[in-house]
Amino acid sequence: MKSYREIAENGKENGSSLLDIFHDIQDHYGYLPEDSITEIAHVLDMTPAEVYEAATFYSYLSLEPVGRHIIRVCHSAPCHIAGMDTVLAKLEELLGIRMGETTPDKRFTLQYTGCVGQCSAAPVITIDRTVYQVLHPDQLINILDQYE
Amino acid sequence: MNEYRVALRNVGKIDPASIDDYIRAGGYKALEKARSMDQEAIISEIERSGRLRGRGGAGFSTGFKWRGAYNAPGDYKYIICNADEGEPGTYKDRIILEHDPHTLLEGMLICAYAVGAQEAIIYCRAEYPEVIRLLKHSIAAAEENGLTGTVKMSVHSGAGAYVCGEETALLNSLEGKRGEPRLKPPYPTIAGYRGKPTVVNNVETFSAVSSIIEKGAQWYSSLGSPKYTGTKIFTLSGDVENPTYVEVPSVVTLRQLIFQFGGGIKGGKKLKAVQIGGNSGVFLTEDQLDTPMDFESVSELGAALGSGSLMVLSEDRSMLDVVIANLEFSLEESCGKCVPCREGTMRLSKILKRIAAGEGRKKDLNTLQELGNHMKLAAFCPLGQSAAVPVLSALEKFPKDFPIQEV
Repeated sequence: MKSYREIAENGKENGSSLLDIFHDIQDHYGYLPEDSITEIAHVLDMTPAEVYEAATFYSYLSLEPVGRHIIRVCHSAPCHIAGMDTVLAKLEELLGIRMGETTPDKRFTLQYTGCVGQCSAAPVITIDRTVYQVLHPDQLINILDQYE
Repeated sequence: MNEYRVALRNVGKIDPASIDDYIRAGGYKALEKARSMDQEAIISEIERSGRLRGRGGAGFSTGFKWRGAYNAPGDYKYIICNADEGEPGTYKDRIILEHDPHTLLEGMLICAYAVGAQEAIIYCRAEYPEVIRLLKHSIAAAEENGLTGTVKMSVHSGAGAYVCGEETALLNSLEGKRGEPRLKPPYPTIAGYRGKPTVVNNVETFSAVSSIIEKGAQWYSSLGSPKYTGTKIFTLSGDVENPTYVEVPSVVTLRQLIFQFGGGIKGGKKLKAVQIGGNSGVFLTEDQLDTPMDFESVSELGAALGSGSLMVLSEDRSMLDVVIANLEFSLEESCGKCVPCREGTMRLSKILKRIAAGEGRKKDLNTLQELGNHMKLAAFCPLGQSAAVPVLSALEKFPKDFPIQEV
């Protein structure tokens, strides 16, 4: 496993933005551990406060550990009118958690996202990098089964 | 009305991952032509193209931006593509990026040459991870083919923040800061990314550039409405039989978009309203269906064309339900920098939910209007300035959808 410092230094060398480095840390560790914030600050010659305030702004970044898979539920009007409420209710029922929470077995985290740009096929959720379109609540159980 | 593809001309015809396919389809000829031209001549061509106006939503003159950055003093300049398409109901940039990334790169390289920029950067939203991969691959291919010249190209990821679609918030985000908008002026063409002269254009705007250089300003300005020349991509969503995307000359009417291209209202129902331009759009109604969908004609209706998204609502929709969804989104995405937006979206949302719960009072309707108008005037950036627009529009056109207790 690469250290926080290695990731930050690699990023700096490759001309990555701070957000790119955050994504790299999350790809390795799943979230942004507190120590990674201070390491990034050190490498980029920023204060930890500057790095921290950026990290807390963006919905795709997490300062807390998250589940192995992130389910993102589109929070925009086209998905809403296509029946997202029933999809979300079913997800919460199947996972036994509420929006924003992580399952006790750390398998899934449930989050809102802004529009994911798939509005011709609403309602839409994403799990990690995969997009699920024109969702019916009855499909969810089989979809979730595909994730360890 | 027939579809007319400029930005989308290669969609479905080439392998997006193959630069050879793009070149075989005539790609990068415009770049070669541009590099044989005088920088000012290119900018004039873009200006003459009927003032190619930004396709991201604000409709600002592209040539004016390019000239501004070209004239701005500075030894280092940037070109930035805003690929942070986050407007609900909008998926036009994704279609371009997924199917024809080199069209964007070519447009950016022409712009970089015209304004004398050393770097060309794409800020792509994190919601499109596969697009980011494809763009990195495409930039590497363009470099291998010697097409980037002295221009350094790169892609950087967003991290889930709608407000970063606003160009100065985008610049802050690229600089590793919170994605909060900046005070303008100075405009990015004078002091943008890292304080240097910067052109920020939308994906669709850049994607029209190579065709304009290749075929000429006259050809482009012969398409569409005289005040908003060329083609525009529209994206349909909601209660329409065929929720699709279509690129058409800007003289297309709303009726043609919904009934000809969209196949009409789902289930043979009647139209109630169309929300135009995204989450903060006005609701247009049946009597406005014959409006041409160019920037000016839509503005005359008190609406905004925005990104060209059209969310169609059938007769059985409750406008209260729709605007609550609009406000929930704005509330979630408000960056918190200014009070009118941060508190205003929250209050609007609470009042709307109270009405939905059957506990609305007469004074709530006045408060919605008053607060909405204050936000229009006092919010810092377009997110807050327009967040109340759908509420005000629905209140005006569908007052019966806001039931209140007569107390």
